[in-house]
Amino acid sequence: MNMRGAPEQLRRAWAIAKKDIRIYYLKGPVLIFGVFMPVFLFLAFYLGGRELPLAFLLSGLTGMALFFTSTAVSPAIFPWEGQARTLERLAACPVTIEAIVLGDMIASVLFGIGVTTVPLLIALALGLPLLHGVVLAFAVLLAAFCFSALGVLLAVPPTNVPSNIMMLSSLLKFPLVFISGIFVPLEQLPAWGMALAVFSPLTYFVDIVRYSFTGTHYFPVLADIGALAAFALVFTVAAMVLHRRNIPWRM
Amino acid sequence: MSDVIEVRGLTKVFGTITAVDHISFDVREGEIFGFLGPNGAGKTTTTRMLTGVIPMDSGSVRVLGHDVRTDPVPAKQRFGVVPETSNAYVDLTAWQNLMLMGELYGVDRARTERRSHDLLETLGLAGRSDQKVREYSKGMKQRLILAMALLHEPELLFLDEPTSGLDVQSTRMILSMLRALNMDRTTIFLTTHNMAEANRLCDRVGIIRGGRIVAIDAPEKLKSATDRLHRIEVSFDGEIPAGDLASLDGIAGAERTGDKWQITADNPDQAIRSLVGFSGRHGAAILTLQTLAPSLDDVFLKLTREKGP
Repeated sequence: MNMRGAPEQLRRAWAIAKKDIRIYYLKGPVLIFGVFMPVFLFLAFYLGGRELPLAFLLSGLTGMALFFTSTAVSPAIFPWEGQARTLERLAACPVTIEAIVLGDMIASVLFGIGVTTVPLLIALALGLPLLHGVVLAFAVLLAAFCFSALGVLLAVPPTNVPSNIMMLSSLLKFPLVFISGIFVPLEQLPAWGMALAVFSPLTYFVDIVRYSFTGTHYFPVLADIGALAAFALVFTVAAMVLHRRNIPWRM
Repeated sequence: MSDVIEVRGLTKVFGTITAVDHISFDVREGEIFGFLGPNGAGKTTTTRMLTGVIPMDSGSVRVLGHDVRTDPVPAKQRFGVVPETSNAYVDLTAWQNLMLMGELYGVDRARTERRSHDLLETLGLAGRSDQKVREYSKGMKQRLILAMALLHEPELLFLDEPTSGLDVQSTRMILSMLRALNMDRTTIFLTTHNMAEANRLCDRVGIIRGGRIVAIDAPEKLKSATDRLHRIEVSFDGEIPAGDLASLDGIAGAERTGDKWQITADNPDQAIRSLVGFSGRHGAAILTLQTLAPSLDDVFLKLTREKGP
């Protein structure tokens, strides 16, 4: 990004984010999917007879809610816009690819945070004590950026067929849920499971949420935050570089 | 007069196909430049490279003094683009699309609103500005994307087949707006199949075939260069001697068809002067006189058939 024009490009990224929210996020089915998907997964485990503490399950629900909502729509925006030719409109405007990627990420972050307040409110309504609110708020923001960047990164394959991208996205997202300490505590994972868990950004976010509600954690909190920040940075840079390379194929 | 577009050795290759093959040309400030060519000739690919939408494989393009490859954002800030296919956001209203353009071009809100009102009014969309674009006709969508391209008052406007498949009303509205913009010194780069449109609008045209430029000049110069012999159709109110007509200065031959004479002329200006003098000398008034110079269609067909690979 041309740094002289960075503030102006940030304003234009915000314009793209507002456009995304209006067109792609404020739709009934999107909102319903974003809320219900993690709730149903949670209920499947909660009602499945396993004797896990409510605080553990609600922490997992919060993690899933943010993860699924932040990655629900963002992978499909590039293919949708490529198909509708509106991406060509954006490409002809004085907007950098980085600003387009950032705009898509901002919309996804806001959507993710908005939906994630629902399980957080449920947790508080059920009487779970919020021990580290500031840490949780910071972690939600950081994780929302991290997962949104992952969502936009998943849109990199140069296809304008959204269903192809969504299939690829699901293939990656669902396995991550099962290796991130949501349904099985990290300390109970086998060695191979633990080896996989450290490569999932969701692991670190769920660990922080548990710390925020129960005071217990598997990794040091600073390590969780550092890992989330590192994943966010890598996903963001990768998304910007790879979209810059692939965007002409969508035209 | 400076050049607002400078293209040198521009090339684009898709797999084994060279879509645009080392083309070079300039577009001057304040002119309407027509870019003509048959389907698949490389017009849209060229336009997309000029506007920075797709990267070039080799060559260079400077638009309004900015290298489009290395410094695209300042160039894009100063030009507008009307693509062949309408690409407004169909889930937004016309007004919302214009507000979005204002934000993407960094135009302040008050100016965006003022310009939007004016443009929607001029382009006959004022009454439908709060309707989603999904419900618009093709002509309305095309008028809207013209408004979107003009919102930031660009110095240069790229249009790719702007009137293709449109109704007469939309076509006239768009062409009339282009003339008005050009009067205000907006440079226009127009890709079109419509020879009559190019002939009426353009100061110069470039013709591309098989990815290569085969001619660039003013339409009238291209026409006269294409066919050395012009045709003139003339009729008189009385009988005139055929032999005398054929021997006049500037006239290469004369043939009678019905009540008219088909004249072939190597110098149309001299031929017309000779015909007027001839009419006076023989007391035969000229009833009709038409110069049948080659049309831009003729030029286009001749150049795109002859010089192909």
